[in-house]
Amino acid sequence: MHMADALISPAVGGAAWAGAAGLAAWSARKVRLEMDDRKAPLMGVLGAFVFSAQMINFAIPATGSSGHLGGGLLLAILLGPHAAFLTITSVLLVQALFFADGGLLALGCNVLNLGLFPCFIAYPLIYRPIAGTGLARGRVMAGALLGAVVALLMGAFAVVLETTASGISDLPFSSFLLFMLPIHLAIGIVEGLVTATVVLFVYQARPELAVAGQGSTGSGRAVAVALLLAAVITGGLLSWFASGNPDGLEWSIARTADTEELAAPGEGVHALSAHIQEKTVLMPDYAFGDASPEESAGVVRTGTTVAGLVGVGLTLLVAGTLALVFRPRRMSRGASA
Amino acid sequence: MAAIESALLQTGRLDTLARQDTAVHRIDPRAKVITTACFVLLVVSFDKYTVAAMIPFLVYPLALLTVGRVPPGFVLTRLALVSPFAVVIGVFNPLIDHEPMVRLGPVVITGGWLSFASILLRFLLTLSAALLLIATTGFNRVCLALERFRVPPVFVVQLLLLYRYLFVLAREAARVLRAYRLRAIRSRGVSLRVYGSLVGSLLLRTLDRGQRVYTAMGCRGFNGILHPSIPLRFRTVDAAFVFGWCAFFIVARLYPLPQHLGHAVLEFLS
Repeated sequence: MHMADALISPAVGGAAWAGAAGLAAWSARKVRLEMDDRKAPLMGVLGAFVFSAQMINFAIPATGSSGHLGGGLLLAILLGPHAAFLTITSVLLVQALFFADGGLLALGCNVLNLGLFPCFIAYPLIYRPIAGTGLARGRVMAGALLGAVVALLMGAFAVVLETTASGISDLPFSSFLLFMLPIHLAIGIVEGLVTATVVLFVYQARPELAVAGQGSTGSGRAVAVALLLAAVITGGLLSWFASGNPDGLEWSIARTADTEELAAPGEGVHALSAHIQEKTVLMPDYAFGDASPEESAGVVRTGTTVAGLVGVGLTLLVAGTLALVFRPRRMSRGASA
Repeated sequence: MAAIESALLQTGRLDTLARQDTAVHRIDPRAKVITTACFVLLVVSFDKYTVAAMIPFLVYPLALLTVGRVPPGFVLTRLALVSPFAVVIGVFNPLIDHEPMVRLGPVVITGGWLSFASILLRFLLTLSAALLLIATTGFNRVCLALERFRVPPVFVVQLLLLYRYLFVLAREAARVLRAYRLRAIRSRGVSLRVYGSLVGSLLLRTLDRGQRVYTAMGCRGFNGILHPSIPLRFRTVDAAFVFGWCAFFIVARLYPLPQHLGHAVLEFLS
C-alpha cells in the first residue's frame, strides 16, 4: 500500500525523507565497502525484475481474486539487506515518477514502510534465523511466511501512524488500524508463500546462489542500535513537529485574519478559522485525551511527544519480542552472520 | 498481458515526450527537480481544510503542460489509473467530520467535504507535478541531477540500469505470461503451484542477464562509476526558473490569492 502525498503533512514527510535518506546513504556506504562492482548491475536488473514480476498476477486460492508480488523480502534474500534497501528505494522512485504511485514527498514514507521493515527487520531478525543457511524447505517456508507477515504488518502500522500524525485524514487511529491490519495480514501470508516458492525454486535450480547471498549481511547488533535510534528520533521529533505544525497554522491564520478584508464577511471566515484552530491545535487522535482547549501549546506538545514515544516503544516492543521468540533457534544452529 | 504491454507503451510514451525540445525541456534538470520539490512541499503544507488558496498552484502544472507540449489527456488518464489510496482514505472524511464550516445560502458545507476536496486537489497537484517532471526532463537526466546532488554513485548506477532493463524484462515477463495463458485458458491469474517455477525461471534468467551485463560493462572499463556524456550547465535561465517559480509558490502559500482577487472584484463592482 503506497502512502500518498495527498495525505501527509510536510513535517511527517520531511522526517520520513530524512530517515530514508540517512538509511540509503548508510546502505550505499555498506555496499561500496563490499568492493563488489558486480553488485550495481545486479541490483539494477533485479529491480527491473521486481517490476516485471509484479506484472504477473497469481490467483489467490479460494477467493477468486488475484494478487502480485511485493518483492521486498525477496530482494533482501537475494541481495542482502543494504543492497536490497537501495533497490527497493529505486523501485519506489520509478513508481512515484512514472506511475504516479504515492508521490515525491511520500517517497520517504514509502521507502520506510516497504523497505526498512523487510530489509532491516524481517530479513535479519526473522528470515535469517529461521531459514538459516541450509536449503530446508520447511525452514525457508516458515521464515519467509513470518518475515513477510511481520514486514507487512509493521508497514501497515507505519502507514496508519503517518496518516494520523499528518492529520489530513479524519480516520481515527484505532479504526484505521483495525481496517489495515487484517488486510495486510492476508497480504503478508500470500507474499510469504509466493516469496518462499520462488526462493525454493531458484535454490533448487542453482544451489550456489543460496550460499552467495549470505556474505552480505550486516551485523545484527549495529542494525538494531541504528534502528532504535532512528525510531526514537523519528517518533519523538516527528510528533513534536506534528503538533508544532498547528502553531505555524495559527500563525498564518493570524496573519490572514489581520488583513481587514478577511474579517469583513462576518461569521463565515471568522467562524471557520475558529473551527480550524479548535480542530488542529489539539490533534485529539494523537495527544492525550484529557487535554482541554485552554492548555498552552507547550503542554499539548509534550503530550503529543509522549504519545509518539509510546507508539515507538510499543512498536519496538513487538519487534523485540518477535526477535526474542526466534532467537533460541538461531543460537542452537549457530548460524549467525 | 495486455496490461503489461499497455503499461510499457505508456512509459515509452513518457520517454517520447521527454525527448521533445521545448523551453521547459531545455531547463537544467536540477532546476526542475528543486522547483518540483518546493512545489510539493508547499502544497502539502496547506492546512487540511484549504481548497481555494491552493488553486493558484495549478498554474505550475498547467504551464509545464502547455509550454512542454504534454497532452493534458495523457496526464489525466495516468492520474485516474493510479492506485486510489488517497481517495479511498479521503472518502471517510465527509462521513466522520460533520462540523458545518461554510454556508452558501441554504447550502451548508461540512468540514469533512471541505477536507475531502482538499485531499483530491492535493492528489491532483502533487502527482501531476511528478509526472510532468519526468515528461519534460526524462529519467536519465533526472538521474544525472541526482548524481550532481551527491547521491551515492552506487544508487544512481543501479537506478539507471533498473530503468534501462525495465523494458527488456517486462517484455520477457509478457512472453512468459503469454505462453502460460495459451496453455491455461480459463485461469484469471497464474495458479500458485506454477507461480514459483514461472517467476523463478524469470529470476534465473534475470540473474544470468545481470552477470552478462556486468561482464560487458567490465570489458568496457566499468569500475562502479558512470561517466555521463550529457553536459549539464546551470545557466541564468535555470536560476530564474527556480527563483521565479519558488517565489510565486511562497506568495501563493502565504496569501490566499483567490480570496484577495474576489474581494478586489467585489469592491470594484460596488
